[in-house]
Amino acid sequence: MEAASKVIHAIYNDDDILMSAVKKVKAEKHHIEEIYTPFPVHGLDKAMGLAPTRIAITAFMYGCVGLTVAIVMMNFIMIKDWPQDIGGKPSFSYLENMPAFVPIMFELTVFFAAHLMVITFYLRSRMWPFKKAENPDPRTTDDHFLMEIAIHNNEADLTSLLKETGAVEINIIDKDEDAH
Amino acid sequence: MEYKISNRLKIASIILVLVGGLLWGWGYMSSHAVTKDNVSEYMNDGHHDEGHGDASHGDEHGGASAYVVEASEGDEHAEEGHEMTHEEHVLHQIHNRPYAALYVAAFFFFMIALGVLAFYAIQYASQAGWSPVLFRVMEGITAYVLPGGILVLLVAAFGGSHLFIWMDPEVVAHDEIIQAKEGWLNKGWFFARGIIFLAGWSAYRYFSRKFSIAQDTVEGNSNFKKNFRISAAFLVFYIYTESMMSWDWIMSVDPHWFSTLFGWYVFASMFVSGITVIALITIYLKSKGLLEFVNDSHLHDLAKFMFGISIFWTYLWFSQFMLIWYSNIPEEVVYFVARIEDYKLPFFGMVAMNFVFPLLLLMNSDYKRIPWFVVMAGIVILCGHYLDIFNMIMPATVSDRWFIGAPELGAICFFAGIFLFVVFTALSKAPLLAKGNPFLKESENFHY
Repeated sequence: MEAASKVIHAIYNDDDILMSAVKKVKAEKHHIEEIYTPFPVHGLDKAMGLAPTRIAITAFMYGCVGLTVAIVMMNFIMIKDWPQDIGGKPSFSYLENMPAFVPIMFELTVFFAAHLMVITFYLRSRMWPFKKAENPDPRTTDDHFLMEIAIHNNEADLTSLLKETGAVEINIIDKDEDAH
Repeated sequence: MEYKISNRLKIASIILVLVGGLLWGWGYMSSHAVTKDNVSEYMNDGHHDEGHGDASHGDEHGGASAYVVEASEGDEHAEEGHEMTHEEHVLHQIHNRPYAALYVAAFFFFMIALGVLAFYAIQYASQAGWSPVLFRVMEGITAYVLPGGILVLLVAAFGGSHLFIWMDPEVVAHDEIIQAKEGWLNKGWFFARGIIFLAGWSAYRYFSRKFSIAQDTVEGNSNFKKNFRISAAFLVFYIYTESMMSWDWIMSVDPHWFSTLFGWYVFASMFVSGITVIALITIYLKSKGLLEFVNDSHLHDLAKFMFGISIFWTYLWFSQFMLIWYSNIPEEVVYFVARIEDYKLPFFGMVAMNFVFPLLLLMNSDYKRIPWFVVMAGIVILCGHYLDIFNMIMPATVSDRWFIGAPELGAICFFAGIFLFVVFTALSKAPLLAKGNPFLKESENFHY
């Protein structure tokens, strides 16, 4: 895709106005590059038409990995490698001694599911320490909402459309570098 | 929005009661056809072909007394001075079976209604905004608390020492452990307690239904506030009495055994079955177009509760099992030894039905919105919790002579018929929307 050299930043100061603006812009078939908000706006992803997240599916798979790790580990250590008699616990097979292993199986499942899911989230949303913040306007972390739309020779159209939707401020920005 | 119990449903429930009664009666007759005189024949006939029954049974005295030694280890009520022959023992178990079958089914349907009552009180006390559209469904189900509870007590009275060996003075006379518990476990006090519990529960049910109906037509929220207060008070009463009820009505079938988290365990079982029945009846009424204000987010919430409480039940089941298995103290562990040896399939099968099945089916949030999916999971959960009660009662009463046959299925049909009749009659007595509830608007627009 041809990288747009110019983008338009429309700033709103109310999330309800933002929501109706998103719906209007989508109805006019303009592609919204990004929206910056100070807090989660319920229903914004649906209005923008973003695909649902699949992070829960990854968490389920990570949990399965954790369960497998726990079973394989304890089967090897307690049953295969050195099946000692510890306080009369039956170490003849995994199943016979399984109740004693359940707390660890449970905890490792949760541990893997939770931590690997968080790491997946960081990777997918490109978050790490010393990462340079990608914030076009510092007010969007406090009380303003910013919608970014690429300009393809339709500056006047877009400006008037966004004015209509209740934007309190409209800026045309030159993107000198490819942010993504 | 007005529901009228259909003739088809009425006839179906009457048929269920009749067929169930006949099946159970046939089971009763055939088990009582076995008497002292023909019990040895019966045992040799291959009715019961499990190894040790035939192996240790013999006409020679030696074989029989060898079994008595073995039996007195497992069932301590055959203690010195009160020796029972193997035949006599088996005869008791055969005769106990129809009573136990009746009791399991009676308790199962009663506990659904009581679980719903607790859920209903929690919705009021927590001022939940999502559930008021389901209040009339819950009130319909809780109509069964009083008749169901009376039926359980009647079956307990009718079964007597067939269910609770501590009700048999002959047994108590030779059993010091039960004698020491007589301050709690005696007939008069048992039924008095039962009546107090029932009176408390049904009084709450009566008043909360009354206030709920009154709130429909009255200005202001005074009835809602009253309901809020009595619900909070009821929950305190409930958590004490439910615990004691589980000691009385269930744990005391094994009077030599006790467990401290038993009350919670029974609570989890009744809570999840109750929520499942709310979901099933809601889906049924909605499929008839009577609950247009219920959307799939309500269903989603109910399914989340089914999922969460199923896991809570498993947590308690496992905590009870694992602590006893781990320490392996003989006087406690007999409870699970008896179950694992003779009830392997129902005992572990129920864990699969009550845990693995809902865990995998109801984990996906899209599936929780699909009615037939919730119905499927709900049926498995209900069967699983029937088995749960079965596993609590049967090992103490019929031991290894269990089977899910005519008396069990008959008793299920019998109480299912009464349950359906009572619940759907109560549903048709009031509009299906509690329209005076102050949270109704929020509930109707509930969206998750």
